[in-house]
Amino acid sequence: MDHSKAAEIFNKDKARTKWHDETLWMVREKRDKAAHSVPDWEKLREAASNIKSHTLSNLDEYLKTFEDKAKKNGITVHWAADAHDHNEIVYSIIRSNNIQKIVKSKSMLTEECHMNEFMASKGIDVIDTDLGERIVQFRKEHPSHIVMPAIHLKREDVGETFHQHLGTEKGATDPQYLTEAARQHLRDKFIASELAITGVNFAIAETGGFVVCTNEGNADMGAHLASIHIACMGIEKIIPKMEHLGVFLRLLARSATGQPITTYSSHFHKPRPNQQMHIVIVDNGRSVQLGRPDFRNSLKCIRCAACFNTCPVYRRSGGHSYHNAVAGPIGSILAPNLNMRENADLPFASTLCGSCTNVCPVKIDLHDQLWKWRQVLMKEGYGSLSKKTGMKMMTTVLSNPGIYNFMGKLGRGVLRTIPWIAKSKMLNPWYKHREMPVARGSFKEWYVGRRGNR
Amino acid sequence: MSAREKILSAVKGNKPELLPLQTWDWSRVETDVRDTFIKTLQGIGGTVSIVKDLQQVKQRVLEVHGDEKRIINRVASLDWKNSDKIEIENSTSMEKIEVAIIEGQIGVAENGAIWVPEDAMGNRALPFICQHLVIVLSINKIVPTMHQAYASIDVTANGFGVFIAGPSKTADIEQSLVIGAHGARSLAVFLLDS
Ligand code: SF4
Repeated sequence: MDHSKAAEIFNKDKARTKWHDETLWMVREKRDKAAHSVPDWEKLREAASNIKSHTLSNLDEYLKTFEDKAKKNGITVHWAADAHDHNEIVYSIIRSNNIQKIVKSKSMLTEECHMNEFMASKGIDVIDTDLGERIVQFRKEHPSHIVMPAIHLKREDVGETFHQHLGTEKGATDPQYLTEAARQHLRDKFIASELAITGVNFAIAETGGFVVCTNEGNADMGAHLASIHIACMGIEKIIPKMEHLGVFLRLLARSATGQPITTYSSHFHKPRPNQQMHIVIVDNGRSVQLGRPDFRNSLKCIRCAACFNTCPVYRRSGGHSYHNAVAGPIGSILAPNLNMRENADLPFASTLCGSCTNVCPVKIDLHDQLWKWRQVLMKEGYGSLSKKTGMKMMTTVLSNPGIYNFMGKLGRGVLRTIPWIAKSKMLNPWYKHREMPVARGSFKEWYVGRRGNR
Repeated sequence: MSAREKILSAVKGNKPELLPLQTWDWSRVETDVRDTFIKTLQGIGGTVSIVKDLQQVKQRVLEVHGDEKRIINRVASLDWKNSDKIEIENSTSMEKIEVAIIEGQIGVAENGAIWVPEDAMGNRALPFICQHLVIVLSINKIVPTMHQAYASIDVTANGFGVFIAGPSKTADIEQSLVIGAHGARSLAVFLLDS
């Protein structure tokens, strides 16, 4: 199902769509507050962008250095050319150690590789331990957001799911109560686990170690209790030096949720005595993206999801409508690289308002890349259909009553829905905000065109 | 060709021309790092008290948690409930730990995080599996930002180390904040000013 169709279905539940929209905007506002409280913010973004750009321009060397140091630290390093390789490598570690009990903390890479499904086909059960991921796993769904996996669900949904799977009281919806039930349930899983799979936020070439950030502590509960730890990372997770962590850890949580830092920023360098530590370094299309000058910048992404939270289309269409492990603006740039045909609709799931570009902590030119993907897709013959569905999406997502009735009420609601309007001198001459993006012609053209059709 | 060679040669062939890595000066004059640290940590759900000596820490822990459940103290200079066998304990027995007292190395004013190397934990799982975590930090060991923190620690000195900022938390159900996800349910920081 393409994005516009899925968005249409999502929008059928008006109250829920409104809640989703407003909740993510609230997270975006928290991000603003956190960002503005750091005097060095713009300098940090510049630095992060430079470090990532530099790293990409020397990536093979940094990967080799990282491998070398990691091995010296006693970590086993594996290389996976694609998703299938990745899954086979993890599977072979599981099988050769005769493992039954596996816990996993959040890793968008394992989602991208459809690892859980692969393991299930081999009869292996992988327990997701991030609360949001456990919820969607129970429901046989996928995360709809890379930082808040269950943001498409309401407490009533979670209550019902936990009632069915964990035996919580029927009708119970208190988040405190439900979280406590999950804590007890997952503690048992952690204690029994033999193998833990985690993602990687940053891999440090200079030291051969890696950093994993969580608020819940689930990556640590897994990795420190199991006798085998497998950390899965894309090739783009490398940073040159330890000191660069200072830049990225200052940006990551503030951009993601508005917290000054995640509760736990765990630095792994060596396995415990008698523990096996593995790193799987995965390409899966990244080296191809590196060869596309217009899109290589997308590999700078640190997966903070700020671009999701600010995106008027994401907020009003939900993560599942992107039919890709990573949704939102960045997902719409990464997905066509993996499969142009299947994901040709995604670069059109955007108003090109530029709000994503303005919040991105590593300064990825997101809306320009979306625009450029459209050109590529048109040339490759996927364009006309996608464009049509893109327009349809805008009609569904942005044309709810009241949204275009903005002349008389340029308030918060409108800013939330279509933030670039605030930048328009004509419409909003007094509002000067540095995250307000440059207006693009595309929306106006579309809007005028749409009116013309009536 | 192995996957390794395949990936490395593709990256080599596709990477852009080398871009220079810049350096930045992050030094900054901070007027009151202690105050910022305390306020920030309280803002993310931790409690902070300034104490004159470690006996005060012991007293406070007893006041809050009592003496019935298992307490593990890793601060060597406090002669109370020290455990030297924690390294080899398994998860089933560690799960019974109510309170763990450990020593932090560096506190970060801007985000309330405290660096704890593996040596200070004895067992990597300790600060996560305990129900309540207590960290003792010398009040002179607070720096303004993460840049100064990284300049004063060596992340490779131990096989593992962690910045801990507040108690374990989640907002995965409707963005409603719940303290006590999988890790410690509370974090009490004692700033030692002797
Ligand atoms: S593209 Fe930028 S804003 Fe979006 S998730 Fe990645 S780092 Fe965050």
